[in-house]
Amino acid sequence: MQQRNEPARAGYSPPRRSLYARVLDLALRPEASVVVVALVLVVYFEASTSNFLTDANLQTLSQFVAAPVILACGEIMLLICREIDLSVGQVFALAPFVMEKAYNIGIPVIGAMGVALIVCALIGLVIGLITIRLSVPSFITTLGMFFLITGITLTISRGFPADTPGGAGLTAVLGGWGYAEFLWSLVIVAIMHVVLRHTRWGLHTIATGGGAIAAAEAGININRIKIGNFMLTSTLGGFCGILEAFRIGSTDPLAGGSNIMFLGVASGVIGGTAIAGGAGTIIGGLVGGIVLGILQDGFTLLGINAFMFDIIIGAAILLAMVANIQLARWRGMRVE
Amino acid sequence: MTGMHGTEALRAEGIIKRFGSVEALSGVGMHVAAGEMLGILGDNGAGKSTLLKILTGYHQPDQGTITVGGQPQILSSVDRARALGIECVYQDLALINALSIYHNMFLNRELLKPGPFRLLDHRAMRTRAADALADIGVNIPNVDLEVGRLSGGQRQAIAVARAVQSDAKILLLDEPLAAMGAREAGLIIDLIERLKARGTIAIVMIAHNYAQTLEVCDRVMLMQHGTVTYESRAAETSPAELLEIVRREYREMRGGNGR
Ligand SMILES: Nc1ncnc2c1ncn2[C@@H]1O[C@H](COP(=O)(O)OP(=O)(O)OP(=O)(O)O)[C@@H](O)[C@H]1O
Ligand SMILES: [Mg+2]
Repeated sequence: MQQRNEPARAGYSPPRRSLYARVLDLALRPEASVVVVALVLVVYFEASTSNFLTDANLQTLSQFVAAPVILACGEIMLLICREIDLSVGQVFALAPFVMEKAYNIGIPVIGAMGVALIVCALIGLVIGLITIRLSVPSFITTLGMFFLITGITLTISRGFPADTPGGAGLTAVLGGWGYAEFLWSLVIVAIMHVVLRHTRWGLHTIATGGGAIAAAEAGININRIKIGNFMLTSTLGGFCGILEAFRIGSTDPLAGGSNIMFLGVASGVIGGTAIAGGAGTIIGGLVGGIVLGILQDGFTLLGINAFMFDIIIGAAILLAMVANIQLARWRGMRVE
Repeated sequence: MTGMHGTEALRAEGIIKRFGSVEALSGVGMHVAAGEMLGILGDNGAGKSTLLKILTGYHQPDQGTITVGGQPQILSSVDRARALGIECVYQDLALINALSIYHNMFLNRELLKPGPFRLLDHRAMRTRAADALADIGVNIPNVDLEVGRLSGGQRQAIAVARAVQSDAKILLLDEPLAAMGAREAGLIIDLIERLKARGTIAIVMIAHNYAQTLEVCDRVMLMQHGTVTYESRAAETSPAELLEIVRREYREMRGGNGR
């Protein structure tokens, strides 16, 4: 799909498509419509607040966007293979504390970060093993993990925030500088886009979600794919939590949570990932996250009250999802 | 061993397979030689597909032995069976609707670009997929199409083309003609006969059409209720005789049940 515009080679010539057909195709892609929505929103907020496109606000916006996008990268992989992780926001909160503990027993910051990420990957492994080996739906497994990890984080932090370790340079790179977290999210998006579209892992993830039996008949180890994607999602969640801790300069045991997790899932779904599996794009997750960020940031600038704000965000998410399902119909795809 | 055919390619003996309380296979044996084509006939639920899935490494038998090319083998996974040259067109076709034709044709044996990142070579897979389909003469407009948008017969043609393009030594086909129009079925039968003519490939085909099966196969085997009830060279039997055997078995079974 993503290769449509490559030139034809000898032996095989794709049917000629009119410019109109191509433009229509592009316009009906879920990401494309969301990009249009994002642009309209930018124009609207710039017109009505006139300080939307300032450096200070763009920094704020980038910080709204970064975490949901990073979490979306993992959730999209899981959704594509018909799983979900509700506990990634909890791993987000846990990881910086693990890093801090490791640092306090004398491991240098980078090493401590590595320890934290390994712990996150192991949490993903546990989620995967419970889901696959014990046939517990991942919705339930990660619902349990949600509470379990919250408890662990509160226990090891004793409920108090802690200072983030590390020198000034490292802190700047890992989140201290205004756009650092957003740049990290772009790097992760780029890598995950390549993984999904241009590696066997990505293809097998789509195959696993698109038809588990068929994938297994073709020899794909669908359990390995799913467990791997659980580990990936938890690790990204932990990494994101660490970035956030470096940005803020302290670690909050109540950071992350269900809010950030649902923003991640919503980013993916707004960007065209099907909850039913088998389809989704990382770029869509990025664009979806940007739209959510613009909404949050824009309404904050407008000074809309917090209750109204949630109503608008909720309606926007619903609208975007409905629009995507309709667009998919128009494209003639099966949507289940 | 089989006289006019080459060396034995695949043999299974005493295969038992249970799914919970259902015994799908109760001690089944089969063998096929290089250059030979074996047809498997039998009622719905007789265990034909289950036997095939054991031979592809998809299911593990509860009991029984399998030899490939004379060597005892444990087909512990689909990859293992594939490594031994066993390819299959499954009854459900094992295609992923959400993926393009060319991705499906190379599913789990993707072509990769050289280099450390092991990236997919979409371009090479496309060209080769289009060529493989053109070779067979199957009419597919564009290998970029999602498989879910194809007709049943086209899907079947893709599954067959995928199994054939892989240089299999042992080709297992589970009702490969079921959804095909007359022209396409003819193309696939031609293709199978060409493969057979090479004399190096052993083919096993499950089918429901007695006459067609007797025509293309060298030997046929009748399965009922998880056992092999009859085996014959194709030239030495007829559709009428096979039908009579099935009827007789059915009557005996009902009699045995006291109905
Ligand atoms: N994965 C499975 N789990 C449980 N039971 C199964 C499974 N696969 C097959 N069976 C059972 O095993 C028996 C044989 O099924 P199988 O698919 O091998 O039949 P078949 O001969 O291929 O039939 P058909 O001609 O309809 O394709 C049936 O009773 C079926 O219900
Ligand atoms: Mg069958």
